[in-house]
Amino acid sequence: MTCIAELRNVTKTYDEIMALDNVNLQVHEGEILALLGPSGSGKTTLLKILALIEKPTEGEVYFCGKKVTEKESSQVRMESTMVFQKTAIFNTNVYGNISYGLKIRNVSKNEIDEAVKEALTLVRLEGFEKRYARGLSGGEQQRVALARALVLKSKLVLLDEPTANLDPKNVSIIEEIIARANRELKTTIVIATHNIFQAKRLPQRIALLAEGKISEIGTPAQIFGSLSKTLRSFAVLENTFRGEAKPTESGTTLIEIGDRLQIEATAQAHGKVSVFISPEDIILSKEYFASSARNIFKGRIVEISDMDPVVRLKVDTGKPFMVQITKRSFNEMSLNLGAQVFLTFKASSVQVIQE
Amino acid sequence: MNEIIEGLIEALRLIFSGDPIVFGITLRSLYISGTATIISLLWGIPIALLLGLRDFRGKFLVKGIFNALIGIPTVALGLILFLFFSRSGPLGFLRLLYTPTAIIIGEAILVTPIVVSFSANALEAVDPQIMDLAKTLGASEDQAFFAVFKEALGGILLAMVASFNRAFAELGVAQMVGGNLDGFTNVLTTTIATDIVRINGIPTSIALAIILLTVVFGINLIVNAFTRRRK
Repeated sequence: MTCIAELRNVTKTYDEIMALDNVNLQVHEGEILALLGPSGSGKTTLLKILALIEKPTEGEVYFCGKKVTEKESSQVRMESTMVFQKTAIFNTNVYGNISYGLKIRNVSKNEIDEAVKEALTLVRLEGFEKRYARGLSGGEQQRVALARALVLKSKLVLLDEPTANLDPKNVSIIEEIIARANRELKTTIVIATHNIFQAKRLPQRIALLAEGKISEIGTPAQIFGSLSKTLRSFAVLENTFRGEAKPTESGTTLIEIGDRLQIEATAQAHGKVSVFISPEDIILSKEYFASSARNIFKGRIVEISDMDPVVRLKVDTGKPFMVQITKRSFNEMSLNLGAQVFLTFKASSVQVIQE
Repeated sequence: MNEIIEGLIEALRLIFSGDPIVFGITLRSLYISGTATIISLLWGIPIALLLGLRDFRGKFLVKGIFNALIGIPTVALGLILFLFFSRSGPLGFLRLLYTPTAIIIGEAILVTPIVVSFSANALEAVDPQIMDLAKTLGASEDQAFFAVFKEALGGILLAMVASFNRAFAELGVAQMVGGNLDGFTNVLTTTIATDIVRINGIPTSIALAIILLTVVFGINLIVNAFTRRRK
């Protein structure tokens, strides 16, 4: 496997705070590598160092086997590009945004026109060239940012939480674009995420990052199969429960997670397990409704976080569940703190990891 | 009331008949204030770039001083400059007092705090990620710097317009270091102020005031239309 980028003994400190602590990482050509870790674990810093927009306090960065010196960094930056978590958009139209990097590379007008059109098709924003970019929705802006990066056909694309704070529809579109870019354009992608499900779905390899250190690197099967201590330590943040699993007569699995709560999953398991439910997979309703979903819980809203265009709610059902809904739904349902709600999710949405 | 209406009619006649005195004064005003604005931009923008994009000790104090100087009374600045440019003053040897150059220098100094403060604020308001974004898309340091500057262009344009308007409409500096010499240093504001007390001077004052207001509002309208088009 050819190594495209590499960090050797990289340490980064900001004043007294250590963001990265002696990190060694190889990015293989053609792969999707996920950096999985909670907020503040150093993912963004690591990406910025790989993107050569931050200098490591100690250690070295290699690109295509060659050590990157300060003098060469602006030249090497031509080979990689980064998409930020908080979408950064130039104050111009969509065409002006996507064509920026191509203009820097002195590409001819005709080629730019063609490339912008192709990139917009890839991100499903055909005909958006003349639209004012900052007037688009959050999801559309992030797709413009992705198109702006992919249009350059860089060897390496670095994505910092590209789907954080987006609605489920845009999340799936963006994940599909990332997978297509990797498959069809052979783009090497490093994606920082704190979403365990995204890390399971997209990459060929996962690097677990906690407190500025890489604790493990492996395939999703290796990382999730062993259910490492690191993974468990930050997995508990959202909808992760441990319990005892036992098979049911109908072939599903019932997991006792304590507080008289049981979660039903389609996956086969027994004994000690950990279960995850993605906040996006949970349907929230004010009334009980009959459905084919096997898991229905009653609870009260105890926390509301507005992350425009979505709202994240913490619902206490005996155990805390995080639920993500669009802001529009939130407003239409007139939800508020203390409101009684029902959480519904399918047994197939429950991820089970045998311990 | 009659005096006002008659004055207004005569003023419109002066404007539409292309009166050479009225147009001479207008062109001189545009030239002096325009040049003063350009000079203030030339030295003000680099200071704004420093204040808006770099961190250094005492930055807060420097910004505070420029902000405070925005409101400096024009007669006070006019007096200081008069003392500097007068024969016995430290710059008396330049023989600039009662010349258009003296007004240009005075107005450039007057509007520099506007250029610096408005532009620095516009640069500071640019999304801090823009610099990094440009770099990750392949821009060099200079190109990334220019990308940030371009983002702040709306605010910098506003600084330019506000500076021009302040220079164009001020009276104190032009009066004290220009002297309102007919056909040489008299500009719109100084002529309006002096003609109002001259016999038959009211129509000229009204005509010049109409031109003054038209230019100020006209420029604002053009800039507004331009900034809207950028979106």
